[in-house]
Amino acid sequence: MCDTCGCNVTPGNRELAEGKQATQVLGNLLKVNDDQASHNRVHFNGHGVLSVNLMSSPGAGKTALLEATAELLGNDLRIGVIEGDLETENDADRIRACGVPVVQICTGTACHLDAHMVHDALHQIDLNRLDVLFVENVGNLVCPASFDLGQHRNVALLSTPEGDDKPAKYPVMFRSADLVLLTKRDLAPYMPEFDAAKAVNYVRQLGNAAPILELSAKSGEGLEGWASWLKRGVADLRENLAVPTAAGA
Amino acid sequence: MHELAICQALIDQVTSVAESNNATRVSGLTLEVGPLSGVVPDLLSNAFPIAAAGSVADGAELTIEPAPVRVWCKSCQSESDAKINRLVCALCGDWKTELRSGDELLLRSVVLEDATSTPHAGQPEEKQHV
Repeated sequence: MCDTCGCNVTPGNRELAEGKQATQVLGNLLKVNDDQASHNRVHFNGHGVLSVNLMSSPGAGKTALLEATAELLGNDLRIGVIEGDLETENDADRIRACGVPVVQICTGTACHLDAHMVHDALHQIDLNRLDVLFVENVGNLVCPASFDLGQHRNVALLSTPEGDDKPAKYPVMFRSADLVLLTKRDLAPYMPEFDAAKAVNYVRQLGNAAPILELSAKSGEGLEGWASWLKRGVADLRENLAVPTAAGA
Repeated sequence: MHELAICQALIDQVTSVAESNNATRVSGLTLEVGPLSGVVPDLLSNAFPIAAAGSVADGAELTIEPAPVRVWCKSCQSESDAKINRLVCALCGDWKTELRSGDELLLRSVVLEDATSTPHAGQPEEKQHV
């Protein structure tokens, strides 16, 4: 161990010995996104608006659920929507036709929404007029799970035709869910191979105790449970924040 | 798919560490990535040179240390290894567990060149889970 022949240089300290310096950082890689997400959450909290991040594979029924939700809630809760898609205003048009304020984000080729995109969209929405803001994420069971948008709740949809084992195949997504919705249950008679009990078990195997509801936006079956969950979410948020119910609610 | 976006965030963070230490170049960086972070180490390694091109970390060596998946069982008060889609207690099989390790997405350290004599990381943070 001397400074003459180099025997004191080990793989662990080689860089230091060569005049370089290793600096401990211990920072979250997504710090910039997470800081923006916290800022978004401050906006939501300031207005007592419950923000809900809807995630699923493409075609699982996110937009259909929002259409049904607008009709179901009527005047009980005022909702707004931020739509994320790679291209087109199609989903925003559908939501707009329900009389709900909506902002479409076209991500181009990006596979997920991030907190900055949501923040930009927030500038086009009047939170004073809302009780719940839905962010309909890009249809994708992988990437959206890694990006905090500032939401209060993550909701993951699993549609009947997709198969009951999706939670085991996409654990990062389904582990992050605060509520799992088994959608398109009107198709259950035609797809007995989808075993709802198995889907529930796969979610539990991820250590996730989130409530799991079965519903169909088409038939209306099970939508009351979803509406109650949203109303309870808004009430809990406002109780925690101790903000008065927004004017006109 | 989103690994390039994560690499760009990484480069932003590394650039600010280099600037705060007056370093001219970053020659190496070490990450800790757990499988439940949703980030694939191989894809991250492929995306890194693209994101690093022209930055202070151009040509830097990227080391990714995997984090094990470990859960804490509330029933039997013990920690055990788990699989990413089976986060149950290895001892009693209970699913009411808490993740202790496996969702890390951390920048652990960077190797700075020509830095000032006392490197620091700016504002050190507590370990955070994504």
